[in-house]
Amino acid sequence: MDRNKIDKKEEERKLFEELENSEYKYGFETKIDMDTFGKGLNEDTVRLISQKKNEPDFLLEWRLRAFRHWQTMEMPDWAHLKINPIDFQEIVYYAAPKKKKELTSLDEVDEEILDTFNRLGIPLDEQKKLSGVAVDAVFDSVSVATTFSDKLKELGVIFCSFSEAVKTHPELIKKYLGSVVPYRDNFFATLNSAVFSDGTFCYIPKGVICPMDLSSYFRINTANIGQFERTLIIAEERSSVNYLEGCTAPMRDENQLHAAVVELIALDDAKIKYSTVQNWYPGDKEGKGGIYNFVTKRGICKGDNSKISWTQVETGSAITWKYPSCILKGDNSVGEFYSVAVTNNYQQADTGTKMIHLGKNTKSTIISKGISGGHSNNSYRGLVRMTNSANNSRNFSQCDSLLLGDKCGAHTFPYLEIHKNNSSKVEHEATTSRIGENQLFYLQQRGLSMEDAVSMIVNGFCKEVLNELPMEFAVEAQKLLDISLEGSVG
Amino acid sequence: MLKIECLNVEIDNKKILKGINLEVNKGEIHAIMGPNGSGKSTLTQTIAGREEYRVTSGSISYKGMDLMKMDPEIRAREGIFAAFQYPIEIPGVNNAYFLRTALNAIQKHKGLEDVDPFNFLKLIKKKMKEIGMNEDMLKRSVNEGFSGGEKKRNEILQLSILQPDLAVLDETDSGLDIDALKIVSEGVNKFHGPEKSIILITHYQRLLDYIKPDFVHVLSNGRIIKSGGSELALELEAKGYDWLNDLSEIEGECK
Ligand SMILES: Nc1ncnc2c1ncn2[C@@H]1O[C@H](COP(=O)(O)OP(=O)(O)OP(=O)(O)O)[C@@H](O)[C@H]1O
Ligand SMILES: [Mg+2]
Repeated sequence: MDRNKIDKKEEERKLFEELENSEYKYGFETKIDMDTFGKGLNEDTVRLISQKKNEPDFLLEWRLRAFRHWQTMEMPDWAHLKINPIDFQEIVYYAAPKKKKELTSLDEVDEEILDTFNRLGIPLDEQKKLSGVAVDAVFDSVSVATTFSDKLKELGVIFCSFSEAVKTHPELIKKYLGSVVPYRDNFFATLNSAVFSDGTFCYIPKGVICPMDLSSYFRINTANIGQFERTLIIAEERSSVNYLEGCTAPMRDENQLHAAVVELIALDDAKIKYSTVQNWYPGDKEGKGGIYNFVTKRGICKGDNSKISWTQVETGSAITWKYPSCILKGDNSVGEFYSVAVTNNYQQADTGTKMIHLGKNTKSTIISKGISGGHSNNSYRGLVRMTNSANNSRNFSQCDSLLLGDKCGAHTFPYLEIHKNNSSKVEHEATTSRIGENQLFYLQQRGLSMEDAVSMIVNGFCKEVLNELPMEFAVEAQKLLDISLEGSVG
Repeated sequence: MLKIECLNVEIDNKKILKGINLEVNKGEIHAIMGPNGSGKSTLTQTIAGREEYRVTSGSISYKGMDLMKMDPEIRAREGIFAAFQYPIEIPGVNNAYFLRTALNAIQKHKGLEDVDPFNFLKLIKKKMKEIGMNEDMLKRSVNEGFSGGEKKRNEILQLSILQPDLAVLDETDSGLDIDALKIVSEGVNKFHGPEKSIILITHYQRLLDYIKPDFVHVLSNGRIIKSGGSELALELEAKGYDWLNDLSEIEGECK
């Protein structure tokens, strides 16, 4: 009998080994001529970026204010994250594919780049475009293509790269840039404000229900590059939009920095639904390499009856640090945060949300599912603030953690601030459970393999969140969950 | 179909089964009765392949194969089904989806086509009707929030869909009301046939009024201390287990 046991263990070990070594599918590098700055950061770097983009003075001034402020700041020290020191002089702040000439249509985008996005499952060429989804493709520091722009324009929807919006709609940029995440906000947001190179801009005019999902796909390619992009979405009165975001990067032994800022503005009766499937390279199974993902995402429900909903599935990155948040300023406005964060091997995630209730009858819902395997650490950090003006407001938070082994960790840090407000209600529930041997065995006894059993239990655990994703995204997210959890139980 | 010889099983270094011999042929129904803690569920879990239940000596062969060499899912796909005494809840996993995945894993193992969602739905609805389950149960998560009786019915639903060759039913009658007992028994009888064998674990003779066993065994303190025909169950009902105690030293010895 013991002989058989050993055989079985051996077999399991082999299976896990095979799975652990299953390559990060998006880890390839595109060879292409790049126009890039040398490493290093000073005021000239900031000026140079601005100059590259022919930016108006107000923007350069804003960048410089941010940069000067950043120089006075220290990188924060977080209790639950272990971070190799980042040398900001060792980072390349700008890299763009060399343009042969000014592009007038997608047909002129470089073959190599089209090919890269094809391999990532994001076809950009006219014939094969994803139906029903408009894509803005960002390659290192710049947006290389935006699909369906013209079609959207007919409805007054502006969907283009950030750089283009600076040229075509400077008044909107001037009005809204930094209005939700001020340049002084935090170390990484401030750095981003100084050196951001591109990103996505969306503007949905009054009364327009955007007929297709808008999306950005971020690709890091060049070694040592830091990707700093900004997304700005403005939904005017009674408008509504679904926005999706995906990302990947080549496999490298060094850590690479991705520090983005996302600002959402919803006016009266507007709705913004923002979904992310984050699959940056997580590092290898010893914890070498991987993306440092430090992102500031915040939305303001500025108008009455507006709604902002964040959904995220975070499976990649060596370190994820992000708290997509809602400022509920308008009366009756609604904020939602649905999150699945998966960590395996040596990944670390510290994620959560902030719900700031300012308006009357505002409502927020937080559903967070953390799954940890291997030696990983997964923390939820959430703030709910009920100010004294937020009469009759409600929050419901539920934070569940699932542990897949005994070397991983899950931590929950809920912060509640209730300012002289008796009419509002905050509910918080939290659970931590280990994946049940009983559950696994039950499923195996019905014929499912161990891997399928784990996948089924994990998917069940995250169901409330996955249900929030648009259909195609949900399928993708499930696949990613399976891939990131391979070999995690044991 | 199943041949257990001199089976010794430990959990956490504690001896639970102490030399079990049991042979179940095609088409036979064996009832196993015995006091609490005697090792009935341990036997079920061991047949199903639960790793914590360590087989220290003895053997189990199934359809001529060495069961000990087979992983739990392979045992399942080869036709062993264990209805759990305490069915497990799996939050967020849809009951119908789970059952279809299981069925297709078995189909695949047998080299058969997947059952498509449409035909599966037809099949499951029919079976649910037969065992008096509300169709709402399809949309719910596996066993989550089910009442005790509902969980047991759900096990029988799985049995009737997966169509194993050997079903080990661990106290499937416990917690059922009188009507449910009848319906569940009908379900089991419907499943039973010349090719299908059943091991029925129960504390109650009344189940055996509905499902006629070919053999009744008494398991006590990890040993089968007495075997007989269905009349043995009546005797146990009348006299309890005490009168058998003296036998425990005599039978069931093996090295
Ligand atoms: N995981 C375990 N760890 C330690 N002891 C266990 C474990 N599982 C079972 N046992 C012990 O093994 C013995 C047999 O248990 P088992 O569940 O097989 O009994 P049973 O005959 O099914 O009882 P019942 O009629 O109450 O269902 C009991 O003494 C029980 O406490
Ligand atoms: Mg039992």
